[in-house]
Amino acid sequence: MSRPELQAPPEIYYGDTEAKKYTKNTRNQQIQADMTYRALELLNLPPDEPCFLLDIGCGSGLSGEILDEEGYIWAGVDIAPSMLEVALEREVEGDLFLQDIGQGFGFRPGSFDGAISISVLQWLLNAETSHPTSSPPHRLTRFFTTLHSALRNPSRAVFQFYPTSDDQIQLITSIAQKAGFGGGIVVDYPNSKKAKKVFLCLFVGGGGGAQQQIPQGLEGEDDEHARFERRREKLKTKDRSGKRKNIKDRDWILKKKELYRQRGKEGVPRDSKFTGRKRKATF
Amino acid sequence: MVRLVTHNLLACHVKGCTTNNFPLAFQDVQIELQEAEFNPEFVKNLIPRLEWGALADAAKQVGDTSLPPEEPDMMDDDLLQKLHHVLLEIHVIEGAMVCPNCKHVYPISNGIPNMLLAEHEIG
Ligand SMILES: C[S@@+](CC[C@H](N)C(=O)[O-])C[C@H]1O[C@@H](n2cnc3c(N)ncnc32)[C@H](O)[C@@H]1O
Ligand SMILES: [Zn+2]
Repeated sequence: MSRPELQAPPEIYYGDTEAKKYTKNTRNQQIQADMTYRALELLNLPPDEPCFLLDIGCGSGLSGEILDEEGYIWAGVDIAPSMLEVALEREVEGDLFLQDIGQGFGFRPGSFDGAISISVLQWLLNAETSHPTSSPPHRLTRFFTTLHSALRNPSRAVFQFYPTSDDQIQLITSIAQKAGFGGGIVVDYPNSKKAKKVFLCLFVGGGGGAQQQIPQGLEGEDDEHARFERRREKLKTKDRSGKRKNIKDRDWILKKKELYRQRGKEGVPRDSKFTGRKRKATF
Repeated sequence: MVRLVTHNLLACHVKGCTTNNFPLAFQDVQIELQEAEFNPEFVKNLIPRLEWGALADAAKQVGDTSLPPEEPDMMDDDLLQKLHHVLLEIHVIEGAMVCPNCKHVYPISNGIPNMLLAEHEIG
């Protein structure tokens, strides 16, 4: 079968059935989680500052769940209503927006401390309609320009994506550069057909020289699962001065479960998947 | 879920709509309160990015009058708690956000704002 982005527009391809299938597949969950941890590592956020992040093409919240676990506050955008629906069902904590990133963002300057995007960018390389404003270069330009302004100076945006050619990489990086970004491509396990992963690592601002060096790709063949576990460990052991919640922190899990339980008990309003614990009147 | 923190960072992105395009006005909104863990450092980090007047006003629109209309010089713990509540615990789940300039309506349904633009509105 050809690649998803060649089959149908994203909001059609990720319809109800595919959105559920995509999210439930445990192998897919693991791959997306692994890439999310690696993207967070490449984001290189200041260790002691609680951050506000943007998840671009957040889908059903597979990355978002990790952002929650790691104690980040975040907002996510996606063009597929069915994927967002699944994210709501999974009760991720980020704010979700139905948005076509090719139309650009309206976020005010300096809104976010960083952005991640997992397995999304390749979707912008296909024209949505025959309208001139929907050509890939137009869409990429609007996307990168408005993203650049939405990010703080200095900060980073890290994209894992699936390019099919060097020309595509060239197109994306040149447009990102014109939009004001520094940075470049990081390839993990370049010699492994299975493990190879491409990350676009973009910088806003110089951030004092050494900080904004393009990171090294990982080498070797590396076993996928070991890699995943290592990344989890690494992030977990980072000193967050107790502000980040450890994934395996029992108190935290209990508290969270308790919270969900209480939300469930209260019942949900009509037409809403929300399960808040207190409710106020409508205005 | 549109929390007021995100609302405060959001302007209209319709083509040519570049002045007076913030803050988006709430219309017919329904809100829900959800407890969130208080992290004073996070709130402090956000303050420089906020438009205080717009935040106090948005809070008022959804029935919360705990914030002073102008940014105080001193941030004490009590105020940080109030900010935390306003920014992160109030969720708008139904209604709309309307641009004060071009009047574009961004509907909010089931907690998710629809930010999609029509072809002629794309910059
Ligand atoms: C392979 S999924 C990845 C989802 C999520 N990032 C993850 O890692 O599980 C690709 C996602 O990109 C979204 N997407 C594709 N084109 C988009 C666009 N133009 N604007 C917003 N989201 C888009 C799709 O709807 C889909 O949810
Ligand atoms: Zn407008």
